[in-house]
Amino acid sequence: MSDDPKPVQLPAFESPVCPVPLPHNEQIVLGHGSGGKMTHDLIRQIFLAAFDNPVLRAGDDAASLEIAEGCLAISTDSHVVSPLFFPGGDIGRLAVCGTVNDVAMLGARPLYLTASFILEEGLPLSTLERVVASMKAAAEEAGVQIVAGDTKVVEKGKADGMYITTTGVGLRRPGRLIGGAQARPGDVVVLSGPIGDHGIAVLSARGELGFETDLQSDVAPLNRLIQVMLDAAPDLHVLRDPTRGGLATTLNEIARQSGCGLVIHEAAIPIRPAVLAACEMLGFDPLYVANEGKVVAIVPADEADALLEAMRRTRYGEEATLIGQVTADPPGRVLLRTAIGATRILDMLAGEMLPRIC
Amino acid sequence: MKYVTEYRDAALVQGVMERIRRLVTRPWVIMEICGGQTHSIVRYGLDQMLPPEIELVHGPGCPVCVTPLELIDKALAIASRPEVIFCSYGDMLRVPGSGRDLFSVKAAGGQVRVVYSPLDAVEIARQNPEKQVVFFAIGFETTAPPNVMSVLAARRLGLKNYSILVSHVRVPPAMEAILSAPANRVQGFLLAGHVCTVMGYWEYLPLAEKYRVPMTVTGFEPLDLAQGLWHTICMLEEGRVAVENAYARSVTLEGNRAAQETIRQVFEECDRTWRGIGVIPMSGWWLRPEFAEFDAEKRFDVEAIRPQESPICIAGQILQGQKKPRDCLAFGKECTPEHPLGATMVSSEGACAAYYRYGR
Repeated sequence: MSDDPKPVQLPAFESPVCPVPLPHNEQIVLGHGSGGKMTHDLIRQIFLAAFDNPVLRAGDDAASLEIAEGCLAISTDSHVVSPLFFPGGDIGRLAVCGTVNDVAMLGARPLYLTASFILEEGLPLSTLERVVASMKAAAEEAGVQIVAGDTKVVEKGKADGMYITTTGVGLRRPGRLIGGAQARPGDVVVLSGPIGDHGIAVLSARGELGFETDLQSDVAPLNRLIQVMLDAAPDLHVLRDPTRGGLATTLNEIARQSGCGLVIHEAAIPIRPAVLAACEMLGFDPLYVANEGKVVAIVPADEADALLEAMRRTRYGEEATLIGQVTADPPGRVLLRTAIGATRILDMLAGEMLPRIC
Repeated sequence: MKYVTEYRDAALVQGVMERIRRLVTRPWVIMEICGGQTHSIVRYGLDQMLPPEIELVHGPGCPVCVTPLELIDKALAIASRPEVIFCSYGDMLRVPGSGRDLFSVKAAGGQVRVVYSPLDAVEIARQNPEKQVVFFAIGFETTAPPNVMSVLAARRLGLKNYSILVSHVRVPPAMEAILSAPANRVQGFLLAGHVCTVMGYWEYLPLAEKYRVPMTVTGFEPLDLAQGLWHTICMLEEGRVAVENAYARSVTLEGNRAAQETIRQVFEECDRTWRGIGVIPMSGWWLRPEFAEFDAEKRFDVEAIRPQESPICIAGQILQGQKKPRDCLAFGKECTPEHPLGATMVSSEGACAAYYRYGR
């Protein structure tokens, strides 16, 4: 990043063995992970300052939370992304939204997060502050509290700036069974908006591929949208966010879990022209490109209209649309009706998607 | 998108397919030369819309698939050297050499980078004067102009740390090898639109005449492919032999003369081994002696590497249109895109990978 301050020259007595706290340190040093005063200062000045709440402030070894009776939903996710900041988001927003969304996909209301940071020695403190501020904003938008955390520092070269692991806890609505196995023949498949924005935005931000776009990552907390969807479609069967592996992989997971077939209409899948153009150029298939703010829902056909109408009134569901049906055959497989009217199997991706030669 | 979405119009494609159905009176075997066309055909399901009389067989036009094992092993040997940054087009990374691929070299600490243009590799060489930067220059006539441009750029910049590992092949000699084989079944060809954009299609006129086989220069979108098939089937049904151009928005008879001249300046014709097929005389290019200093094979002394192929894999027969991926005993069992035995299972343009991915 161009705006990062130059690494400061540390005094000779500052060493990994004997960290002496410096009052105006501008970058992460090993001492910040020592557990001593530097760690405490870091927690107080950066993490507590941003995420402040009574549970975190108590400063105990674990967070103590009172919840109403019911069923907990828990999910954990590690976030590694290069670059740390990309159009439309950053690793902090990603770390909050990714876990909030995973919890929400069970139909649960996310309440609390924990956040664990692995920081690379030499990371500018200003970078950490920007990421933490972004996490605070995303957590506020989602309405969740960050109630526990951890920080470790590794030597320069042993990590790519920073990694963040978040764990989310939410409450499920009683009596509602939502999951991939619940899809039934006769249901329809709804997608909340255009696909591929996140993957292509991050790829172009890396700058290695020689193209630029004005695309923004779609990274967003979807829990409020999900609550709207649950109210609009009382018999909703499946919620799933098509992150890594893209829409095609998510649809295949649902087909396998439920043992149903899915018939998807290629022409109905919304894709922005910039994503299409980048995919054409790179030899990627947008159906396999990652999203961080989209949801696939499967609902009985008679609830589809009400669901779509409700989704389209929300910020993250404006472009929601129907993309396919659930069938009995072929069991466990996804069929794609192609843009020209033929049919083929839509499979999972094998390994990493590689740019084509020509 | 201009010049793309227009050629994916379902009604127009279905219209051409309907005309083909009304036209066909007997079975025909047609080969699409280019792997990009194979990919498009199965991705859109065009083969399923054709009448049963028309059999499409998939040609050797996947540069990743036909790059010989020997060169891949040389690439692996060079990429493993600590002083080397090895640059490659993305889909070469997963092609298995004898026992490993470029991904495993990367995992073991080798510096392997994906680039979109060989000029990016030249730039990496300029920025890393203490490193040796090698570009894996594979491909058909399509990638030859950028690959030779990188050599010219390196010479202009006076770079002593840039070289290319050349594995260039040409379409016409491969077609002649297919047509002259006793087991040949191919009666008509869809010519590769990108190759013809560079080279024109004059080279194919004597081939069509000699073997009495109609050919159509064809693009890559569904409507392009439908049009190419329509032209070829018309000629077959009428008993007419010609080379027709159904990709006129990009291809002319004589092609891009400037690009051809640049290729000739740096490359000269040579015999080449095609993976799975064997040696085809004068079917490829290598660096002219005056550009030998940019030859990675010479620079890194890997000329002695001579490996062995998997005995089960039938990629060679598939690439010549004699067999289909389903005829292979290993297809989808020992051989999958995650664990490919042969290169046709690796590249998204490879026939086996396309069949596997699209559930054929």
